[in-house]
Amino acid sequence: MAKILKKEQWSDTIFSMLIDAKDVAKAAKPGQFIILIPREHGERVPLTIADSSVEEGWVQIVFQVVGKSTLELSRMKEGEDLYSFVGPLGMPSEVEKFPGKVVMIGGGIGIAPIHPIARKLKEMGNHVVSIIGAKTADLLIMEDKIREASTEVIVATDDGSKGKKGFVNAVLEEFLATEAENVSKIWAIGPPIMMKACTISAGKFNKSIIVSLNPIMVDGTGMCGACRVTVGGETKFACVDGPEFDGALVDFDELMARQRQYKELEQKALELYKAKEGIA
Amino acid sequence: MAERLRPAEKFKRDRVPMREQDPKERIKNFNEVPFGYSLEEAIAEAQRCLQCKPPSCVEGCPADVHIPEFIDKIIDEDIEGAFKEIKITNALPAVCGRVCPQEEQCEGACVMNKKGKPIAIGRLERFVADWARDKGLVDEPPPEEMKKNKRVAIVGSGPAGLACAADLAKLGYDVTIFEALHKPGGVLVYGIPEFRLPKAIVQYEVDQIKKMGVKIYTDYVIGYIKSVDELVEEYDAVFLANGAGAPSFLHIPGENLNGVYSASEFLTRSNLMRAFDFPEYDTPIKVGKRVVVIGGGNVAMDAVRTAKRLGAEEAIIVYRRSRAEMPARAEEIEHAEAEGIRFELLTNPVRILGDEDGNVKGIECVRMKLGEPDESGRRRPIPIEGSNFVMDVDNVIIAIGQNANPIVARSATGVKTNKWGYFIADEKTGKTTHPKVWAGGDIVTGAATVILAVGAGKKAAKSIHETLSGQ
Ligand SMILES: Cc1cc2nc3c(=O)[nH]c(=O)nc-3n(C[C@H](O)[C@H](O)[C@H](O)COP(=O)(O)OP(=O)(O)OC[C@H]3O[C@@H](n4cnc5c(N)ncnc54)[C@H](O)[C@@H]3O)c2cc1C
Ligand SMILES: Cc1cc2nc3c(=O)[nH]c(=O)nc-3n(C[C@H](O)[C@H](O)[C@H](O)COP(=O)(O)OP(=O)(O)OC[C@H]3O[C@@H](n4cnc5c(N)ncnc54)[C@H](O)[C@@H]3O)c2cc1C
Ligand code: SF4
Ligand code: SF4
Ligand code: FES
Repeated sequence: MAKILKKEQWSDTIFSMLIDAKDVAKAAKPGQFIILIPREHGERVPLTIADSSVEEGWVQIVFQVVGKSTLELSRMKEGEDLYSFVGPLGMPSEVEKFPGKVVMIGGGIGIAPIHPIARKLKEMGNHVVSIIGAKTADLLIMEDKIREASTEVIVATDDGSKGKKGFVNAVLEEFLATEAENVSKIWAIGPPIMMKACTISAGKFNKSIIVSLNPIMVDGTGMCGACRVTVGGETKFACVDGPEFDGALVDFDELMARQRQYKELEQKALELYKAKEGIA
Repeated sequence: MAERLRPAEKFKRDRVPMREQDPKERIKNFNEVPFGYSLEEAIAEAQRCLQCKPPSCVEGCPADVHIPEFIDKIIDEDIEGAFKEIKITNALPAVCGRVCPQEEQCEGACVMNKKGKPIAIGRLERFVADWARDKGLVDEPPPEEMKKNKRVAIVGSGPAGLACAADLAKLGYDVTIFEALHKPGGVLVYGIPEFRLPKAIVQYEVDQIKKMGVKIYTDYVIGYIKSVDELVEEYDAVFLANGAGAPSFLHIPGENLNGVYSASEFLTRSNLMRAFDFPEYDTPIKVGKRVVVIGGGNVAMDAVRTAKRLGAEEAIIVYRRSRAEMPARAEEIEHAEAEGIRFELLTNPVRILGDEDGNVKGIECVRMKLGEPDESGRRRPIPIEGSNFVMDVDNVIIAIGQNANPIVARSATGVKTNKWGYFIADEKTGKTTHPKVWAGGDIVTGAATVILAVGAGKKAAKSIHETLSGQ
């Protein structure tokens, strides 16, 4: 049981919640995630820790409504208890003071998970360049917080409604065209297709890139193998060996295929839930 | 009160069979397969016991259940007395009565087994425990004056952790269990299916342990939220009982195709997350027309019978040795056969075949023959060249065993593990290489049995008590 302390709606489909979880807040490190079950009968939903406060004892999650569980979560109210909330899980990001510049790329909902990593890197004295992108200006989240956590910020939207027009990987290429020598580390977090594109873009400049994988998970503790991904030809469990891996080694096509595994069933669950709750 | 039979009459009688759901019906539901004894049946079975002195059956039981004593009380219709007798040594009778491999343990050691008619000790134990639950008997916390000002932390709420907690609580220790999942019980809740071990029964036994004052924190993954090192600082003793929860894969091509599950994932989805009741519960599970399960142990039997119940028209076991070598409990194999499970014995998978969307469509196997015995004494299976064949299947479930999960161990300074990552612990006491840390159950022995885990929990409790009380 964990109480929802605060809830905000940031766009049509994006929500932020602060969850009362002192022990999790105390242990949380950048790059880690939690798993929650909204209500009894619910499924286990992995979400990245977007922020946390040891003093106030909360953990922030930022999520996008994509199916039944995230829809149900988005409809829960401040003061309500989540049925289950466990974390932190996964390996923390490997952060240190790097020479030169560090580039952080966040796409869509992926902006939330880059925030704690960027902030930590900046605290450690890094020069952090954040490239954040979304489909439209309305969907661009956490811009202020990213600015605080970065040295420079480049904004991009697919339709050009804010910042540069185009995909973040194009922005990355543009940046690397002049700055490649100064860049010592790149992170990219977002949908697999975006992480794949960023990996290819970075590769053009012989740069390695860290991506954070989000396969379907169940327990999140290495017990089931649902989250297996192929990295460098080897099977890894993303929940315990990751979620961060060297992008160049990741089999993104397999990841994407595996994410579609339950598509029809998920669709059915969503429709039934909407019908039951009277949601259009 | 029923009469005591003369030995000659005891020998004449047969084991009282247990009624069970018709196989044709039960493959359509997840209700428990056997119905359990009635009072009359239990008494009739109890009357057969010879009340041996010393009783050889007890030697076969890792929990030292007072077998002749509790059986004798059944004849007197003193079921409450029988329950208390069992509970002296075994905190989980309703579970053990159902899932112990009795043929290798208590019943295997029973003198009547020589005649092939061992006393149905497991069924009797189960009867007594179920009776107590129906009557709502509750365990009492120890009296105030027993309370010791000592705190023990236990990692994991499977049978080892629960048994250790129960014994320490009885002695007056302040016990806290930390459990990674959202429900306590370990394999009893996430692994063993409802039709073999109803979850309400596990919950009841867990509640009994809580009533004795044990605190259980769920959603608490030791190694992430807190290290074992921190527990050692905060508590007087720590017992590591985190099980062997990491699935093995075959490392053959096609293993990451959609529709390939580890048995742990498949069973966790169905049992813990109750995907068998989708969409009432939100966790999905996908079972096609033909399902192949690789392996021959309890886990494989549970997976294949679950697949059948989830609607597979054909559910098939692929096992590389012969039936005689199958490690599953005899009853599970028989139940699987009665339910129409197909057995492809002396067969081994070579690769899994997929379609262009990344879904499983078939499996290539090779026939095997048995060669010379290996280190384990079992005859080694050897592939027969040129015998490869392909089966069209929609799912492949891999049930070939578990490994040690490293999360707990890597946060435990000074607690040594062996080369496979299992904790090194003394067999008699559970003591590890760290003076404040004990370990037991699957995380010491590798995947074993419920009752061995219970036994390990009890031994550790005894040793912890001796250490903390200076005895
Ligand atoms: C480590 C990790 C961190 C994540 N962090 C975030 C985050 O910070 N914000 C956010 O919005 N989303 C995050 N996700 C994705 C999020 O978990 C899924 O969007 C969510 O589970 C969808 O559930 P649903 O019932 O609403 O949708 P469904 O209708 O069930 O599924 C929609 C899609 O979501 C994915 N999905 C479904 N179930 C799971 C599952 N158990 N685990 C992972 N993915 C699943 C699948 O690709 C599926 O096709 C993260 C995933 C992982 C693995
Ligand atoms: C499908 C299946 C069927 C089986 N059938 C039988 C049978 O019929 N008869 C029989 O005797 N045996 C059977 N077994 C074996 C038996 O269940 C196990 O040997 C027994 O459960 C081991 O007990 P344990 O307490 O050591 O570990 P587990 O039962 O594995 O419990 C360990 C607990 O620790 C928790 N944990 C793990 N890591 C952490 C962490 N980092 N922090 C906190 N908690 C953690 C786990 O979530 C789990 O709840 C079966 C096993 C399986 C998988
Ligand atoms: S606990 Fe298991 S081994 Fe012991 S008597 Fe009961 S069924 Fe037999
Ligand atoms: S060995 Fe068999 S007959 Fe003898 S006391 Fe035990 S259960 Fe009864
Ligand atoms: S989610 Fe189960 S092993 Fe990673």
